[in-house]
Amino acid sequence: MITIEPEKIHKALSGLRAEGYDFLRSLTGMDWGEEGLGVVYHLEKTTTGENKVIKTVTANRENPELPSVCDLWKAAEFNEREAYDFFGIHFIGHPDMRRLYLREDWVGHPFRKDYDESLNPLRMTNEEPDDVTHHYEELPDGSVIEKRDILFDEDEYIINIGPQHPATHGVLRFRVSLEGEIIKKLDVHCGYIHRGVEKMCESLTYPQTLALTDRLDYLGAHQNRHALCMCIEKAMGIEVSDRVQYIRTIMDELQRIDSHLLFFSCLCMDLGALTAFFYGFRDREKILDIFEATTGGRLIQNYNTIGGVQYDIAPDFVQKVKEFIAYLRPMLKEYHEVFTGNVIAHGRLDGVGILSREDAISFGATGGTGRASGWACDVRKRHPYAMYGKVDFKEIIRTEGDCFARYMVRMEEIMESMHIIEQLIDNIPEGLFQEKTKAIIKVPEGSYYAAVEGSRGEFGVFLESRGDKHPYRLKFRSTGLPLVSIMETVCRGAKIADLIAIGGTVDYVVPDIDR
Amino acid sequence: MEIKKPTIKSIPYEEFKNNEYLEEMVKQLNENGANVWMGCMDDLINWGRSNSLWPLTFATSCCGIEFMAVGAARYDFARFGFEVARASPRQADMIMVAGTITHKMAPVLKRLYDQMADPKYVIAVGGCAISGGPFKKSYHVLNGVDKILPVDVYIPGCPPRPEALLYGMMQLQRKVKLEKFFGGVNRKEDKK
Repeated sequence: MITIEPEKIHKALSGLRAEGYDFLRSLTGMDWGEEGLGVVYHLEKTTTGENKVIKTVTANRENPELPSVCDLWKAAEFNEREAYDFFGIHFIGHPDMRRLYLREDWVGHPFRKDYDESLNPLRMTNEEPDDVTHHYEELPDGSVIEKRDILFDEDEYIINIGPQHPATHGVLRFRVSLEGEIIKKLDVHCGYIHRGVEKMCESLTYPQTLALTDRLDYLGAHQNRHALCMCIEKAMGIEVSDRVQYIRTIMDELQRIDSHLLFFSCLCMDLGALTAFFYGFRDREKILDIFEATTGGRLIQNYNTIGGVQYDIAPDFVQKVKEFIAYLRPMLKEYHEVFTGNVIAHGRLDGVGILSREDAISFGATGGTGRASGWACDVRKRHPYAMYGKVDFKEIIRTEGDCFARYMVRMEEIMESMHIIEQLIDNIPEGLFQEKTKAIIKVPEGSYYAAVEGSRGEFGVFLESRGDKHPYRLKFRSTGLPLVSIMETVCRGAKIADLIAIGGTVDYVVPDIDR
Repeated sequence: MEIKKPTIKSIPYEEFKNNEYLEEMVKQLNENGANVWMGCMDDLINWGRSNSLWPLTFATSCCGIEFMAVGAARYDFARFGFEVARASPRQADMIMVAGTITHKMAPVLKRLYDQMADPKYVIAVGGCAISGGPFKKSYHVLNGVDKILPVDVYIPGCPPRPEALLYGMMQLQRKVKLEKFFGGVNRKEDKK
């Protein structure tokens, strides 16, 4: 990790951006106590896969100010708002310095180590819609002023969608300014399911933190937990057995199929094809049965542990998985007959909501969304982990970047996932399913990052440890946050009805965005 | 007219748990006495109401996916009359609070509840809605929806299995079957 002073950070980062570091993997706000508040940037060159970790810190706790990097990476836009919300760091030059998750009338910044919880009792008043925002600007003489900006004019026609709306897939809220039925501007409101997971983790022991990861993106429960376990194992130098690696890989892929089947079901339901919804759920239940036999849980399995997995696989696991794959192949064909070839589906999805490759990288929109825009962003290929380096599979890439491409990428990924499982399922080696670990797990001092390919993109874990049994700071690189941040770009100029199709194909899970 | 214990077709009364409060309700109703004609009308209307409870599609997190699973092919809550999940609170009879309720969401949930037409029911699904669950100690999570809404049925689990959801919904049906509709639940006085 390289430390750069706040005065030089923007110049240094611009240099790196020009050098080809075009993907901001993660931007983490930090509170180092005495040392001050700061930000950790994780950068990657998409051409070569090189990584750099940069840290900057400002000692001013009263009024911390750092330059914004919005002009370099669009992904910084939401992430800096998050850092402002959690730590109160003002980013100079950021166009929209509002809170991202908490209410505007929230007092203080919860992730600071000196935060006082009693300041914020439950407020039952309705939130006022905010049509005004502000930004900080640096004058030539070095002083900083706050300026007000208008988000929505008084005579604009604004529609509110959410937080309770069946097509937002949870409690996401959009405020949409319309001209006729064309979307002129879209403002995303997050935080209706902000549960403060990262802050809670700071007071939990490492094995306890695992339980919360499952509940972030519940359609990627295995993968999320895999990432955290991998990060802690990496930090402690634990080598897990091959058997565990096999089991984890198979489980991750089953989870991916599960998630993509749900994606198919929900997208079809949003577009009005209710039959397809029942088809998808019917087949998804079969995966849940397999999960349940081994892990005891349907949706949230709590299966991975530090150094292995909770239980050995069920005796009939191998047979059940094989049966399932043999069953799903013809079913997928049926899906394509029912929905993919449908005229209405094509009418709703073709050429709608186009995301360019540059934007996908700049926003850091990984997963199926990025791959549909032609960006080879699969973590399984970029930084192979578990068994992915040893199996043969294709990274599905399309170049259209529209809704239909996003849909097709996910449907074809189901096939690839089945292909991966087939290569592994017969050769699960014998061995321990759980390495012996100490009763109290302490991670050596330092900072660590591990990432997996979740169901909807790169899920990363950034862990800073001070050698205690609690993490000092645990940040989850949400797969969903970059996906909602593209909504404004993608939806502008589209019809209001397309918002549903775009939201459906971008495929975010809201608790994962809000964390 | 004597009010009888609520029955659910093909499931014996004894197989349900927490029967005591229903018996208490029966006792109260019998003590107060009921007009024969009104009692029959109540029975008829309650039969209809309990078998067509329409839930509001409301889900904030994990439990919502199980709620969808209950609506889908294998578990199919349409068998018990819950099939019409309404997206508008004004058309819904009950709200299944599926998932964590945060401080930011709490006023929204209250507003949704207020928008529903009487008689209305609340089911708290999962640990989060009951008590805050695994997020109890968070700075932004409401520790139980019963702090802001009157809850009729609690379904524990994280998330509850679909069978548990169905059981909880049937418990609500049994409760609805025992209510006095005329002069009762359709005419609740505001207690404020």
